[in-house]
Amino acid sequence: FTRPARPLGPYDTSEAITPYAQATSYNNFYEFGTDKSDPARMAASLKTRPWTVRIDGEVRKPMTVDIDTLQGWFPLEDRVYRMRCVEGWSMVMPWLGFPLAALIRRMEPTSKAKYVQFTALLDPKQFPGQRQPVLKWPYVEGLRLDEALHPLAFMAVGLDGRVLPGQNGAPLRLAVPWKYGFKSIKSVVRITLTEKQPQTTWALAAPQEYGFYANVNPAVPHPRWSQATERRIGELGRRKTLPFNGYAEQVAGLYRGMDLRRSF
Amino acid sequence: MGGLIPAAVLIADALSGQLGANPIQRATLQTGLLTLALLVLSLACTPLRLLTGWTWPARIRKALGLLAFGYGVLHFLIYLLDHSFDLTLMTEDVLKRPFITAGFTALLLLVPLALTSTPRAVKRLGFQRWTRLHQLAYVAVSLGALHYYWGVKKDHTPPLIYAAVIATLFLIRFLKRRPTRPGRQVGSRPAKP
Repeated sequence: FTRPARPLGPYDTSEAITPYAQATSYNNFYEFGTDKSDPARMAASLKTRPWTVRIDGEVRKPMTVDIDTLQGWFPLEDRVYRMRCVEGWSMVMPWLGFPLAALIRRMEPTSKAKYVQFTALLDPKQFPGQRQPVLKWPYVEGLRLDEALHPLAFMAVGLDGRVLPGQNGAPLRLAVPWKYGFKSIKSVVRITLTEKQPQTTWALAAPQEYGFYANVNPAVPHPRWSQATERRIGELGRRKTLPFNGYAEQVAGLYRGMDLRRSF
Repeated sequence: MGGLIPAAVLIADALSGQLGANPIQRATLQTGLLTLALLVLSLACTPLRLLTGWTWPARIRKALGLLAFGYGVLHFLIYLLDHSFDLTLMTEDVLKRPFITAGFTALLLLVPLALTSTPRAVKRLGFQRWTRLHQLAYVAVSLGALHYYWGVKKDHTPPLIYAAVIATLFLIRFLKRRPTRPGRQVGSRPAKP
């Protein structure tokens, strides 16, 4: 990876960026298979053009838009984000994309819109992993509207200044760096504003282990392992996991008054 | 000796960076799988003999059991390395996380078995007591499979395959048990001179 040739922005981390080879070969993307090497091996079966995104629900102008048109609406920005997987490892990823807030404002939410639901592509031909019922397909995720409007919430279309590789969620993925990686849904085909809290794939699969919020929280262990530490990919030792993955200053206010042990 | 090949491959892979982006996690998984597989193989020896009448499985049983123990110890050492040999963290894990409790107990159960794997130990304990002690391997392999099942995030197929194989081996033992003949009960054998 090369660090973007620009001064660091307010949301960038200055930590060492994970090498491109590792960030593109060690992935959880069960649509391609449950092994971490499956996505890189199978990614060629995903056709990311043409690709359309359906925008609907509590919006004034529901529409289906081509991915190139959609990303042309916004100036693309670099964001160097930490990514913490719920399994206890982490990376530093140089995303390229646009703030989710910009897209949502353009969608013109109605006054009923309280949540954002994301749906990934359902196509067992392109996603061989979807032939196994490991998870309920298609993958769905969601955010509260205020979380989605937070300037850290980002839609990535590229990595390291290049087009996003299939294994990293091409052609359009979410990046919410203060939450465990599974919240950052990949290969999005539909964005729906809703009144009610949407269902999310991992909470459907194991509700006692994965909640709707999934904020990175070292104080709340996964039922089967601790979340106190993590391994940064490329390092041998472990480092302490930080509340909200180190973004507490920016996002803790979103959860004021909430018991994050219960709303995990 | 052949049983050490996986260890050599693992070390070669580690040195050449073939273990991928998260080598410690990969090494943990591979040594864990080897432990379970070798333990299952060692427990397959008797059912195999019962079914086929072959004697060679019984001759390699001890080697398989000891290899399983060796890879179990390696698996545990890599886990400790992963946690910077922090024994407080380890104790917390063992006490608070059933998945670790199961794996740790399985390894502990294998310790007395490894220590009594010599012909001398069989003699010292007496065959009956030795056999009963070594039935702990059944508990250890079951806990090992449970440890694997609880350890995976979602795809439970591989651990369930192990569990099915273990259950089948138990079933064969149960069905092929030598019928107890009248007049020949436990402890009725003449005492050794």
